[in-house]
Amino acid sequence: MKYWRVPLDADEIKVVRGVVHIIEDRCKGCGYCIEYCPQGVIEFSKKFNAKGYHPPVVKADTCLNCHYCENLCPEFAIFSVEKTERSL
Amino acid sequence: MTKNVKQQAGEAKHPLEDLVRMDRIPHIWCSGCGIGSVFSSCLTAIKNTGIDYSKFAMVSGIGCSGRGAGYINIDSFHTTHGRAIPFATGIKMANPDINVIVFSGDGDLFAIGGNHFIHAARRNMDITVICVNNMIYGMTGGQVAATTPYLARSATTEAGNPESPFNLPLLAYAAGATYIARWTMLHTRDLADAIVAAIHRKGFSFIEVLSPCPINYGRRNKEKSIDTLKNYHDKTIIKNGADPVTLDIDYGKGVILGKFVDIDKPTHDEKYRKIYLREKE
Repeated sequence: MKYWRVPLDADEIKVVRGVVHIIEDRCKGCGYCIEYCPQGVIEFSKKFNAKGYHPPVVKADTCLNCHYCENLCPEFAIFSVEKTERSL
Repeated sequence: MTKNVKQQAGEAKHPLEDLVRMDRIPHIWCSGCGIGSVFSSCLTAIKNTGIDYSKFAMVSGIGCSGRGAGYINIDSFHTTHGRAIPFATGIKMANPDINVIVFSGDGDLFAIGGNHFIHAARRNMDITVICVNNMIYGMTGGQVAATTPYLARSATTEAGNPESPFNLPLLAYAAGATYIARWTMLHTRDLADAIVAAIHRKGFSFIEVLSPCPINYGRRNKEKSIDTLKNYHDKTIIKNGADPVTLDIDYGKGVILGKFVDIDKPTHDEKYRKIYLREKE
């Protein structure tokens, strides 16, 4: 993320980032994770999975590891894990 | 004995996989069905209680949500239609240390098993009832249910439902439940917290969870599952401690969510032991 001014305590503040893992063949293409991701990290992919649905794909690296996609997904097909913390 | 496992960061495995029978996944629930999300919240809640998995039992009746008992990787029972609560009552009476969770649908709990629900609430059996309310008989093909809203179309009410639906929290309140809450499948964290509170609550706990049925309800009522979720987001009001009389489901005036009742009453087990087994408190 780009800041117009770097905060004075930037070296003390740690930002939590997450990595989204998608288990493509479990997805049934309901689109809930895409609709309700607060950061808009995921989108529908063009390809098909084994069942003929379009699984989501990660398009941005701004995931904040809120786990909401993981909680909302009815198929146990998406989850996020914390990336190592980094400063601003 | 199964121990609660904490997921390590960086591990490429879904954190709930230890609680799901992975050989039975993918489950039968349709694309866009909310039962999977409710089930996932329920598993998260079981994980968050910190109680050993061997101290849980899940009981389900018949219906789409009745499959929940088949997918959870702890002791679970898939019972006959409407008889999930009597079965759970039996487990609790035989072994009061077990936390019994009834995970079933609105048709199973309130139409076919309606009497069992009110009597278990009256006796104050120490069980947790999670009712996935999709407002239709989904598995049998979308017939009108006891919870189908007024004027909603179904396979048996082509021109609109002429009947009024049940107000489930009011029913539970009148029957004497000690914990009553209502959430939707979209409010995953509130729902998981409510289930944790209900498991810890001594006495009959009832949680109604609104959930979309895109195939048998949504299709006939011109409502895609994402539209239903938008209704859950935009037309619901969170009001803890609301009067149960005001809790009917009407998106025109807003659906009230929250925790409505949380009281302490002696359970059936305690009273029974005191009178018949002469146990001191």
